[in-house]
Amino acid sequence: MELRLENLTKIFTNRTGIETTAVKNLDITIESGTLVGLLGPSGCGKSTTLFMIAGLEKPTSGKIFFGDDDVTKLAPEKRGIGLVFQNYALYPHMTVFNNILFPLENLDVPKDEAIKRVKEMANLVGIGELLDRKPSQLSGGQQQRVAIARALVKKPRVLLLDEPLSNLDARLRLQMREEIKRIQRETGITTIFVTHDQEEAMSISDKMVVLDFGVKQQYASPQSMYTDPGNLFVGKFLGNPPINTFEAEVKKGYLMINDKKFMKIKVPDALYDIGMRPENFRAVAEGFDVDVKDIYHIGRDTMVHFDFNGQNVRALVDSDDISSEDKVVHLSIKESRIYLFDKETGKVVNHG
Amino acid sequence: MANLKNSVIAFFGKILNAIKTFFWNVRRLFTNIKNRFGDFLDKHNINFVTRFPNWAKALLYLSPALIVLMVFTFYPIINSFALVVYQNYNMTTETVTGYTIFGNFITVLTDESFIVPASHTASSAVINTLIIVFISVPISVLLALFIAAALNTIKPLKSFFQTIYFLPYVTNTIAIGLVFAYMFRTDGGLVNQFLGLFGVNVEGLSWVESGAVYWRSMFVLIFYSIWSTLAFKIMVFLTSIQGIDKQYYQAAAIDATPRGRIFSKITVPLISPMIFYILVTSVIGAFKIYNSIVALFGVSGAPAGVDYNLQSIVMYIYQFIDGSNAGNLSVAAAGSLILFAIILVLTLVQMQASKRRVHY
Repeated sequence: MELRLENLTKIFTNRTGIETTAVKNLDITIESGTLVGLLGPSGCGKSTTLFMIAGLEKPTSGKIFFGDDDVTKLAPEKRGIGLVFQNYALYPHMTVFNNILFPLENLDVPKDEAIKRVKEMANLVGIGELLDRKPSQLSGGQQQRVAIARALVKKPRVLLLDEPLSNLDARLRLQMREEIKRIQRETGITTIFVTHDQEEAMSISDKMVVLDFGVKQQYASPQSMYTDPGNLFVGKFLGNPPINTFEAEVKKGYLMINDKKFMKIKVPDALYDIGMRPENFRAVAEGFDVDVKDIYHIGRDTMVHFDFNGQNVRALVDSDDISSEDKVVHLSIKESRIYLFDKETGKVVNHG
Repeated sequence: MANLKNSVIAFFGKILNAIKTFFWNVRRLFTNIKNRFGDFLDKHNINFVTRFPNWAKALLYLSPALIVLMVFTFYPIINSFALVVYQNYNMTTETVTGYTIFGNFITVLTDESFIVPASHTASSAVINTLIIVFISVPISVLLALFIAAALNTIKPLKSFFQTIYFLPYVTNTIAIGLVFAYMFRTDGGLVNQFLGLFGVNVEGLSWVESGAVYWRSMFVLIFYSIWSTLAFKIMVFLTSIQGIDKQYYQAAAIDATPRGRIFSKITVPLISPMIFYILVTSVIGAFKIYNSIVALFGVSGAPAGVDYNLQSIVMYIYQFIDGSNAGNLSVAAAGSLILFAIILVLTLVQMQASKRRVHY
């Protein structure tokens, strides 16, 4: 089912009357059956957006559509959503079986079918043999699975996950990431999940929304967001190690770096914020000469530090192409991997 | 003017800073001395802190509380075990005529108005106490639970209502008892006036005064003991309900759980340890009921001119210490031990019964 947010805005007012805009004029259309990641730094309004979709928070203005139904004013229980909380919110006094059964007890479901559905769902998430345990007897990953099963058992129209992997250890996180993807594929349910971890979002979502201070920055598939960041914020936010940014001027069609012509570029002459990802540099025989400030070998890769227009810039190149004695390195980068951002608006000018 | 104000503030700030610095340095000095002293003791291997075993240190720290408990709790308990075997113990001369194991227990158990109602009365201490315990405790616990849950849901005037419900806790029991006795007066009492509004014939309808029927005065007593113990229970329940993670309620809301089920399936199980604690302590407290009865009916424990008595077990025991049968301490000790046994058994039963229903 398609999910549509129209001009969604949420303003919190505290006791002294100071207003904080958590979400601002959000317009997103989420296609049926896709897994969408809501990504952003902490405090950017991603959880607020999720809770508004769930109905736990009332939007200040704007509309939420599930398919053709306007659900903006609907109470959470009438929206037909499944929500997985950050710390799972499993009822500690109930067994796994009762936890998963709980949503069905409130629906008009015959007992036999309810039990069948609980078992089916438990098997789907891989906890079929743990049904008699209490949540406290489960590991974090297992609790996570129970929470997903509980959210899915009533066959919701939309599945919402609030930072579902943040309480798991690193290895389990990788595993549960794939599990969530698999479960989502098998059920084909429209899923939105919130995370601050860009790698997590990029590896699991079909499409991502990047938010900053409640404003949508870009809505695209992870790879295209990585290769074509819509603005400086998205460029800075995605990628590890982070993108290099520095100021540079375009003069007579040439990008000027360290007072030398770096590359011919087809944008109007002006001062720009330039973004270059460290991993897009190549060490080549003939290229742009840079004076090495520091050089670190990290196994396969080598990190080279140097200055571009007074800013420290890092390049991540193949260790075979470079030796630690090098004082000057010749680097190249494809034109399509250089991002020029407008100084005023931050919007990318040579992409998209 | 503003300049003056600022300089005054700066002046006091400096003084405050100087005081803070002084205390900081004093602390440094003490730490220094302590460390040197410790080093000295360590060097000569006479440091008690490190040489003492841990249990000895623990005992040392516990000793103030232990001494008080010894003098005022353990010694009287042991002494009552000793008292119970004396026959005709005389307090002033400290003499006994003989020893018995069960004699005093039998005296209590066969005594009129302990278990068996005396010939001229229609009630006994044990019957009275059991009625109070088994009616007032369940009602007050349930009522407190509902009120706490309701209080938790209201937003405006929340602290106002919390204060109102907490007031009985800080009010003197005797004072409340007198107010109750006044409210339930036969002539012009608030309750009778209220009933009169509904056309009830209140002429001579006596609650706590002469001629009151047993159940009527018992009703007032139970009503009173529920009300006076409610405040503490509500407070405990309210704090534990407020301690429940909000996400459980959000999860339940998304699953379209009706209010009643949220209460019975989430709120109650999640605060079940507190409910159990309140249940056990209220049963114990209700068994030891004393001052409420005195507050309502005086030390005799009965309205004037009635053929029954509302005295509780504790009141029964007390009459052997400082009442109509003063000085018969052995019998009082036997009564106390019987009360102790009843409470012990009931508490064990509760603990056993709660094992499945209390989720820690």
